[in-house]
Amino acid sequence: MSQPLATLLAAGTPSAEAIDAFIAAHDVPLVYREGVTFLYRGEAHAVFLRMFISGLPATQPLDRVEGSDLWLLRLPLPTGSRFEYKFEVQRDGVSEWILDPLNPLRAADPFGSNSVCQGFGYLPPEWTLPDGHARTGSIEEIGIDSHHLGPRRVRLYLPARFRRNRRYPLLLLHDGTDYLRYAQLNTVLDNLIHRLELPPLIVALTDSPDRLREYVGLDAHADFLVEELLPSLAAKLPLDPDPAMRAAMGASLGAVASLHAAWRHPGSFGGLLLQSGSFAFTDIGENKRGPVFEPVVRFMNEFRAHPGRPAERIYVSCGIYESLIYENRSLVPLLTEQRMQVRYEEARDGHNWQNWRDRLRAGLTFLFPGPLWMVYE
Amino acid sequence: MTDVALLGPQYRAPNLKDCLDRLGIVGPLVAITAGWQEREGELDELRTHVGQPVADLALYARAEAVQAADPELAAAMRERQHDLQELQELYRTRLAALMLALTELAAETQVSSARRRAWLAALVDVRRLDRSHLVSTARVHASFRRRWQPHARPSVVAQVADIEHALDGAGAVLIAGGHVAVLMNRLRLFGCETLLRGKTLIGWSAGAMALSERIVLFHDRPPQGAAHAEVLEAGLGLVSGVVALPHAHVRLALEDAPRMRDFARRFAPARCLTLEHGAALHWHAGALASALEVSQITRTGRVTELEP
Repeated sequence: MSQPLATLLAAGTPSAEAIDAFIAAHDVPLVYREGVTFLYRGEAHAVFLRMFISGLPATQPLDRVEGSDLWLLRLPLPTGSRFEYKFEVQRDGVSEWILDPLNPLRAADPFGSNSVCQGFGYLPPEWTLPDGHARTGSIEEIGIDSHHLGPRRVRLYLPARFRRNRRYPLLLLHDGTDYLRYAQLNTVLDNLIHRLELPPLIVALTDSPDRLREYVGLDAHADFLVEELLPSLAAKLPLDPDPAMRAAMGASLGAVASLHAAWRHPGSFGGLLLQSGSFAFTDIGENKRGPVFEPVVRFMNEFRAHPGRPAERIYVSCGIYESLIYENRSLVPLLTEQRMQVRYEEARDGHNWQNWRDRLRAGLTFLFPGPLWMVYE
Repeated sequence: MTDVALLGPQYRAPNLKDCLDRLGIVGPLVAITAGWQEREGELDELRTHVGQPVADLALYARAEAVQAADPELAAAMRERQHDLQELQELYRTRLAALMLALTELAAETQVSSARRRAWLAALVDVRRLDRSHLVSTARVHASFRRRWQPHARPSVVAQVADIEHALDGAGAVLIAGGHVAVLMNRLRLFGCETLLRGKTLIGWSAGAMALSERIVLFHDRPPQGAAHAEVLEAGLGLVSGVVALPHAHVRLALEDAPRMRDFARRFAPARCLTLEHGAALHWHAGALASALEVSQITRTGRVTELEP
């Protein structure tokens, strides 16, 4: 337990004023080396922590401090952890999921937002924060009439000081809008390019109107990327023609779509950046992840049997609090056996956008090393 | 009498105008921005800052023209580049092993005199490798010059004559930063070590590195790979006795005294000088005449203000 909280509770039930003063004086949840303590203040029949950490119960009750409206839950947590959560508050026969009212840290995602627990030793990387010195890139949008998928809009990140007389690497990124909204992708790109850790590069940000169908190993989607989108981009933009200077990237099902496209069209991408890939497979028995995963399992089983050489360099990351950690760990030796350069990174985090944001520097600079050793401006 | 000045980065907070004023240079000004590569010659910000016209020598574009006109030389240059890259990779591999030993021994120098001697020997090994790499790269360049005689080839001769004409009467030559290897490549192709001698020169960032005797690449916190400073090759040698370290507070772990001690001793007797925004070093007739906002990494690893 944190020492200040122990002090508060040492003399028995604290007064309402003492609790008010305590909450005003401390950041909540209380973070200390061994873990965190969650606090909830209010009348309720029961309060639960609802979180998304594989290996721990998804629901854990907070205990009321007797005689008060203060609720507590102590959770041991390894150093450097970060995870997202909500409270479930039960009162008057009604159960409600709410953000932690005492914690201002939030993380947004396509389904809304969660409270964020930043454990001891975790700090958002400074390269994810806006840097007034960094020149900013621009976002443009193009249309492409796909024979495979119909009309599509694709957004393009063009780096600061973009010049048509220069050849640029290309990163093809799935769920582009979400990466911009929830993983601060444009800020990260601006910063890493400014710091010379990344070369100026072009990013094609794709989105899917039906990712549960298109990102699960759909051949037509892979063909769209390689047979239509890549040539269209090459015709419009000054791209480096070397496949080593092309990479595909995605998170969750977006990682599946990236791997599938590179596997179906070997030689098209020199690099892959796969974050928390939903790489469900079965060694024996049935898929237990639900019908959405049926095509993923079919693809991954096929891939595991015949991996080929989808790219030269592959960066794989996964949070150890994700249920997908087993699948991602399993992928690494398979890729390594194919003599691809593989960089694998785990984080004490979950299946969420801030985890993916925090891994961008390691992944992007592995695929596209910047000129920082040679350029002194 | 020749004046040479080295400045820190000019992005956002330039001090080039102050330097020109201090040296009493009114113009005309000629710039070398080959390190900017495809952005070469985009001088609007610079012209606004100095408040007068600045002509660009267009060395990057001239090199492109030479290579287009002389495919044999272009192929030879590509081959030399390949050789230099291979040398750099081999040097890097050997350096990694030596730096591992140096770092491990450096942490324990207070323990015993035997360990201290071992640390000093490790430092000698690194210095020897650095020297050997400099010799190897110089051999590659010398061999290239002997075999291909670039300064006698019509495509180059015409450009050099044009450059000489552009330099005639220049009040100062400004050498901007950017890609230091690209910059050196172009400076060397057109014989700038000779053409620039005797001119008033002001270099910043990579331009400052190019003017020194030895180009040291450095970054203590790269996102990938080892963080061992590397010797690239000899510079133009138009200022002597310094290792120019632009933007050192971002690139170097200046607070890590043992690391900085080894860095300074590795390149001694040259002085390792940080060139941040606002920094200015001025040599007059070969002697250091003034230093503004420049720090030196000392042999004890401390970072102290430089006094000329």
